[in-house]
Amino acid sequence: MKTPKFTYHAPRTVAEALDVLAEHSTDAKVLAGGQSLVPVMAMRLASPAHLVDINRLTDELSALEVDDAGVRIGALVRHARLERDEAAAARVPLVGQALRHVAHPTIRNRGTTVGSLAHADPSAEMPTVLALLGGHVVARSVRGERTIDAADFFVGPMESCLGYDELAVSAWFPAPEGRFGTAFDEICRRHGDYAMCGAGVVAVLDEAEQYVSLKLSLVSVNDVPEVLDLTEVVRGTAYDEVDHAALGDWVRDRIDPPGDLHASADFRRHLASVLTKRLTREAAARAITTTEGARA
Amino acid sequence: MTSTDHTDVGEQHLEVRLRVNGMPRRVELPVRRTLCDALRQDLGLTGTHVGCEHGVCGACTVLLDGEPVRSCLMLAVSAEDHDVTTVEGLTEPDGRLSPTQQAFVDCHGLQCGFCTPGFLTTVSAFIEENPDPTPEEAREAVGGNLCRCTGYQNIVASVLRAAEIQKERATESTEGSDA
Ligand SMILES: Cc1cc2nc3c(=O)[nH]c(=O)nc-3n(C[C@H](O)[C@H](O)[C@H](O)COP(=O)(O)OP(=O)(O)OC[C@H]3O[C@@H](n4cnc5c(N)ncnc54)[C@H](O)[C@@H]3O)c2cc1C
Ligand code: FES
Ligand code: FES
Repeated sequence: MKTPKFTYHAPRTVAEALDVLAEHSTDAKVLAGGQSLVPVMAMRLASPAHLVDINRLTDELSALEVDDAGVRIGALVRHARLERDEAAAARVPLVGQALRHVAHPTIRNRGTTVGSLAHADPSAEMPTVLALLGGHVVARSVRGERTIDAADFFVGPMESCLGYDELAVSAWFPAPEGRFGTAFDEICRRHGDYAMCGAGVVAVLDEAEQYVSLKLSLVSVNDVPEVLDLTEVVRGTAYDEVDHAALGDWVRDRIDPPGDLHASADFRRHLASVLTKRLTREAAARAITTTEGARA
Repeated sequence: MTSTDHTDVGEQHLEVRLRVNGMPRRVELPVRRTLCDALRQDLGLTGTHVGCEHGVCGACTVLLDGEPVRSCLMLAVSAEDHDVTTVEGLTEPDGRLSPTQQAFVDCHGLQCGFCTPGFLTTVSAFIEENPDPTPEEAREAVGGNLCRCTGYQNIVASVLRAAEIQKERATESTEGSDA
């Protein structure tokens, strides 16, 4: 299994990379961690004539910044580095909770989180997390820079709205506001596999431990990550009075997952309902045990 | 990295500087050559094994600047100026087997040996990072490597033994320097 032939470009600056992308546009692809692109090329599912290797652009694309509002990562921040970052984990715990489910540690040493967003796999965890948190991607090209909201970024399975000449330079994962708790889990045939079904939850409670909002997003269920808003179902209800199993049914009745080799549509609906029940409870419990400024 | 024109073979070649097991190497290769193929074909280091060639089995795992990576998913040209450690580079400077290698011998952690180079590199990095793993952590550490014949019980035992040997050797060397 060998990749098709291509011309290799190793730009030393982002500006140079953008020039190469503009020149070759539909014939060029960005090479980041290669953990998806190299196998896809080896299986001859893609055969770009030009590869633009961004791995030498560490000066411009390696920043990992955490502030009160959230976490911003450059295109060269590998999954493993983000997963281990304590400040990021404290501010936006959902990111680390989900990253632990992305492939195996060895793949995470090389794969980039921004690359995973650009790859837009419906079975990938991080697009779901970006959508659930309402984050964005910053893309740059010789035409300029634009900020793309998660809701607009994913347009189809394995398809983002990035133009052929655009480089995703960073992504922004905002922290939820208020007294929040998050949870993420998934069910796979084998540990480290892509999930048959996965889910992330963000719960926000008030001082009386009543729900202010409750949102959920699923992995391997939709072509593009969709956020299910359960707020109307639970608003004003105290956390311990909510029937979490009923929330599972609510979600199950509102999704239309695909059936494939890995799991039938009905099995996926069942898994989504089980995960909803477990994770809504877990997220709310975390919101209660954490106080403003000391989240875990 | 210098480009050479190989119009005869219709494919771009580059001369690449690599550091493999501490040795600087220069090699000219087609840009689409993966790191595992470069190690095996261009440098003759056939200790790195190639199984699935799409990142799933872990046989090809090498250390890049000390961290395990799949050499089948990395272009050799992207490894330029990085430190690559293969299974051939794991032995101690005095020629002794490394703690991880010794542990796999002691615990029967290999049978046919096909998957072993990937386990050895992965586990060597793991016990550096976590010198005192629990059985659960040891199992998790090899979760991304497939073995079709030894069975994982002995491999997990080897991981735990590797950590022990590493500690034993550390005490030996401090005692040695005290004396
Ligand atoms: C065995 C195995 C198991 C895996 N399991 C999982 C899993 O469970 N969950 C999961 O989410 N992922 C999984 N992955 C994929 C992994 O997360 C990849 O790292 C990730 O999908 C892509 O990141 P990358 O940096 O490797 O991108 P690459 O492979 O380099 O690129 C992927 C695509 O994104 C484009 N791209 C990358 N970066 C940019 C950028 N900055 N701007 C514009 N375009 C860009 C590329 O052109 C390409 O089309 C697995 C991979 C393997 C090999
Ligand atoms: S050969 Fe690289 S992971 Fe299987
Ligand atoms: S020892 Fe034979 S495959 Fe692992």
